[in-house]
Amino acid sequence: MKSRYSIFSLLRNAASYHENWPEVWRSPEPKSSYDVVIVGAGGHGLATAYYLAKEHGITDVAVIERGWLGGGNTGRNTTIVRSNYLWDESAQLYEHALKLWEGLSAELNYNVMLSQRGVMNLAHNQHDLREISRRVNANRLNGVDSEFLDARQVKEFCPVIDLRAGGRYPVLGASLQRRGGTARHDAVAWGYARAADARGVDIIQECPVHGFDIEDGRIKAVETAKGRIEARKVGIAVAGHSSVLAAMAGFRLPVHSLPLQALVSEPVKPVIDCVVMSGAVHAYISQSDRGELVIGAGVDKYIGYGQRGSLPVTEETLAAVCELFPIFRRMRMMRSWGGIVDTCPDASPIISKTPVEGLYINGGWGTGGFKSTPGSGWVFAHTIARDEPHPLNAAYTLDRFTTGYLIDEHGAAAVAH
Amino acid sequence: MLLISCPYCGPREETEFSYGHEAHVERPKNPDKLSDQAWAEYLFMNDNTKGVLLERWVHSHGCRRWFNVARDTVSYQILAVYEMGAKPPRLKKQTYV
Repeated sequence: MKSRYSIFSLLRNAASYHENWPEVWRSPEPKSSYDVVIVGAGGHGLATAYYLAKEHGITDVAVIERGWLGGGNTGRNTTIVRSNYLWDESAQLYEHALKLWEGLSAELNYNVMLSQRGVMNLAHNQHDLREISRRVNANRLNGVDSEFLDARQVKEFCPVIDLRAGGRYPVLGASLQRRGGTARHDAVAWGYARAADARGVDIIQECPVHGFDIEDGRIKAVETAKGRIEARKVGIAVAGHSSVLAAMAGFRLPVHSLPLQALVSEPVKPVIDCVVMSGAVHAYISQSDRGELVIGAGVDKYIGYGQRGSLPVTEETLAAVCELFPIFRRMRMMRSWGGIVDTCPDASPIISKTPVEGLYINGGWGTGGFKSTPGSGWVFAHTIARDEPHPLNAAYTLDRFTTGYLIDEHGAAAVAH
Repeated sequence: MLLISCPYCGPREETEFSYGHEAHVERPKNPDKLSDQAWAEYLFMNDNTKGVLLERWVHSHGCRRWFNVARDTVSYQILAVYEMGAKPPRLKKQTYV
């Protein structure tokens, strides 16, 4: 593996005030036609392009992006990675993603800073305890590492937690996935972008899509701000804007786009070395390498494309965090932001062919898109290259809303929606 | 925080209300004869509009009555509030890329 950066290159570039570092990926003008065009240069889109090139030998690929690379939900999430989903279909998909995560830094020669520090999901009442035991057992049957902790073990694993949690939502136990943790979200986008670019993929930023050219039910071209781009196949991976792109292609999706918020505190010394989530009180928290507490809030209840959330949601989450962790009560929050998540009625994604031949969609990930980035790209690339889904994503069709084969993962999502 | 004008109680904060998604979705007239495809369209598919959306709200923590709202889903500006059963007002169509 070639090493790109060293103490020597750092010193050499310091002499020219760091103004002569080479570009990490090219920024070409789009060609007039490609084999495959991917809409959306977030983690999922870039991973798709990378695996198209690597696994399927398709390198005549463009990834087009209306804004800048990784500027949507890839750069807005709370960086948590885990695979403790309930149903067989989900466990296999997310576990496949987690296995790819585990080798990703080496694969891309780019440090994605995966830190498998353990993810705890708390139980606050008898029903939660039963539900969590069921989930732990289901995970283990599917080969996903998962264990049950009683209250004493929770306190041992995360000493700053207050088990009484204000008395109303006492912590009675938790499920723990030790292989879960966090990863550096921007690095994932940058790593995939560089690796895809090195294999010949064109990444074209600031290039919004205006429409699709569809003839006899088959995709012909994508109309963009930088002109018409012909393509044999087109993949859509645009998260919150999935419905907007689908409408351009003439079909509808079963998704609602909702603002999901997150916030970070001022940086402090290491105080919490795991990820703690509680679906019941709507809070999840971890600490970044810079020392900030990274806190995830819930979704707004109404459709919104504004990339900002409303204050009552923030207030509810911070109230829960303060009850669970009285030690954080005097901390100040530094920044808050929102991303638009496209949520499906069954809280599971759509990775599927569409009514338009040659047009594929990867969306509906809701609040769980980041953790699945490598796996999502991997199965989507397979779906596009072979024109049929991989067994791992065969259940995630658009058809399932007609057949009724829904994959209800509301319990696995950390955020109720 | 949205300030929503309930047609019966006047302006109140969004936390008093619950959301009912897209308005004017017609319930199938002949449910016994409906195909699975048509059921899916009715139950699950929606426009998820970026722009002006006609939607339903209910004043859960107030008068508990349903009503319709026309709201811009990008600026979050509320353009009109009208009663259930009323025709939607004529509004300028706002489009976003």
